[in-house]
Amino acid sequence: MANEGVDHGRRRFLTATTAVIGGVGVVAAAVPFIESWEPSARALSAGAPVTADIGKIELGQMVRFAWRGLPVFVVNRTKEQLAELPSLDPRLRDPQCKEDQQPSYCKSTWRSIKPEWLVMIGICTHLGCVPDYFGEIRPEPFDAHWKGGFFCPCHKSRYDVAGRVFQGVPAPLNMVVPPYHYIDDTHVRIGVSPKGAA
Amino acid sequence: MAAAPNAYKPDNKALAWIEERLPIIGFMRSATTDYYAPKNFNVMYYFGSLALLVLVNQIVTGIFLTMNFNPSAAGAFASVQYIMRDVEWGWLIRYMHTTGASLFFVVVYLHMFRALMYGSYKKPRELLWILGMFVYLALMAEAFMGYVLPWGQMSFWGAKVIISLFGAVPVIGNKLVEWIMGDFLPADATLNRFFALHVIALPLVLLMLVVLHLWALHEVGSNNPDGVEIKENKDADGKPLDGIPFHPYYTVKDLFGVGVFLLIAAFIIFYQPTFFGFFLEHDNFVPANNLVTPAAIHPVWYFMPFYAMLRVIPSKGLGVITLFSAIALLFFMPWIDRGKVKSWRYRGVSYKIALGLFALAFIWLGKIGGGEGTWIGDTYIGRALTGVYFAFFIFLWAYTYFGWEKTKPVPLRVTTHD
Repeated sequence: MANEGVDHGRRRFLTATTAVIGGVGVVAAAVPFIESWEPSARALSAGAPVTADIGKIELGQMVRFAWRGLPVFVVNRTKEQLAELPSLDPRLRDPQCKEDQQPSYCKSTWRSIKPEWLVMIGICTHLGCVPDYFGEIRPEPFDAHWKGGFFCPCHKSRYDVAGRVFQGVPAPLNMVVPPYHYIDDTHVRIGVSPKGAA
Repeated sequence: MAAAPNAYKPDNKALAWIEERLPIIGFMRSATTDYYAPKNFNVMYYFGSLALLVLVNQIVTGIFLTMNFNPSAAGAFASVQYIMRDVEWGWLIRYMHTTGASLFFVVVYLHMFRALMYGSYKKPRELLWILGMFVYLALMAEAFMGYVLPWGQMSFWGAKVIISLFGAVPVIGNKLVEWIMGDFLPADATLNRFFALHVIALPLVLLMLVVLHLWALHEVGSNNPDGVEIKENKDADGKPLDGIPFHPYYTVKDLFGVGVFLLIAAFIIFYQPTFFGFFLEHDNFVPANNLVTPAAIHPVWYFMPFYAMLRVIPSKGLGVITLFSAIALLFFMPWIDRGKVKSWRYRGVSYKIALGLFALAFIWLGKIGGGEGTWIGDTYIGRALTGVYFAFFIFLWAYTYFGWEKTKPVPLRVTTHD
C-alpha cells in the first residue's frame, strides 16, 4: 500500500477518537464487574434491625448481641462507673463526643439514651477487633488508674465505660453507638432511632 | 528471551521441521547453554532458583487442594479438616502448601537481601529490581488471601485487620472496606472472592511477573558478588571471560541447592509442620467467630515487621502510611542509592553498618510484631526501630548524593577463587 498522500492529521484524529471511544467502552464494561463486589441484596437484608432483651442483664454486667454480624455490647452500668466518667475527661481524645460516632440523641458523657444502659458496637476503631470488657474499677496491668472500660487485645487501645477512647493509643475515635430505641423497659430495638430523632 | 540471531539448525530432520516453524530449541539454548552467568556466584545466589521451585510446588499442591476445599464460610473450616484427616495424603499436600508459603518468603527475603548486599538493583538492573518488587507485592497479596481460606480465627481476624487498613483512606475509606468484603464483616462473599483471587487471578499475575523478571534478567545478565559487569570483558568469540554457561554449570549448582532445601523442607513438613506456631498459628485451629477476638492477633511471621510499625504508631492514618511507605520506598532503591560501586565488598564501611542495622531493625520489628505487646517498652523500642528502618533510606541517599562514601577500587575482572 502506498504511503503517499497520507493525511496524517486525519489519521491521528481517527486513531485518537477510536482510542477514546474504546477507552470509554472498557470503563463502562468494567462497571458491572466492580459493582459485583458491593454487598449483595442478601447481605443487605441480613443487616435488618434486631431486638435485644436486656431484662436479665445484672448490674455491672455486659452482654453481646449481634446486629449486621457486628457485636453490639449492652452494659448495665453501675452508679460508681458512671460517677467516674467525668473525671476521665482530661485523659480522653474526644470526651465531648464531637466526632460523629453516635446518634445526636446519645451525644453526652455517658453516650446513651438512659445513662445506666450503654448500647454500643463493640468494635475497636483502630482495626476492627472486638475489645474486652474490664468493668471493675481497679488497677489493671495496662492501666494503674483503671476506672472500668474496654481494652482491645489486638493493639492495646483503651476505652472508658462509655466507649470513649483514651489518648496515646492507636485507636483514633470513640467506639460507634448504633441507632436504637426502647420498645419498653426491657427491650431495645437496635438499628432504628427513636421516633422523631435523627 | 530474544531469539538467537544466528538461528539454530538441528541435525535431526523432525526437530529441524519444528524449529523452522517455532524456534523453541534455539530459545531454550539461548536461555541455558548459550546464556553466560558470572562464574563467581556464592551461596546467596541459590535463592532465585529456589523461589521458582517453591512457586511450582505452590501451584501443584494448590491445584490438588482446590479439589477438596469448599470455599464457603459454612464449609471451609470443615473441608480443611476433611483434607487433613480423610483425604488420602491430604495432610501431606496441605503441609507442603503451608510450609511452601513460609519458605517462599524465607527465600524471597534472602534473595532481596542479596540484591542489597551486592547492589543488584543498580543500573542496568533497575527494572529487574522493580519487577522483583512487584513479584513481592503479588506474593504478599497471594499469601494473605491464602491465609484467609481455612476460615479459622486468625484467618477471620487477620482479614478484618488487613482489610480495615483501607478504611484509613480519606472520605471513601468505609465504603472501600465494605466493597472489598462485600458485606459488613468478612463473610461468605469475602471468602469466595479471596478464593477466586488466590487460585486464579493472582497466580496468573505472579506467573506473568516472574516471566518478565526472568526476561529482564536474561537481557541485562546477572550481577555477582564483586559487582563487576562481565559483559565488559569478552573473548574473541564474544563470550564473557568471567562467564560460564548457565547449563550445565549453574543447573548443577542449583540442583545441589535444591537438594539441601528439600531436606530442610521435608524435615519441617514431617516433624514440625506448624513450625512452633509460626507457619500455622495455633489460634487458627479454632473456627472463625465474628463475636470473639483471639487474645492476641498477629499476622503470619513474614508480615510481622510491617505489622509492628502499625502497632507502635499511635495514629491510624500515620500507621497505615508508615506501613505502605516502608514497602514503597524499596521500589526506589535504584534512585535513592546514588553510589556507583555495586558490591558491599568495595563500598564504604558505613554502608555495611547501615545495611546491618536495617536488617537488625527488620528482624527485631518482626519479633515485636509477633509478641504480646503488653510491655510498654516494646512500643518505644518499636518506634525507634521504625526510625532506624526509614533512616536507612535517608542515610543511603545522603551518603551517596553528597559523596561522603569512601569506596575501595573495584577490580576490572571478578576475583576468582581458583
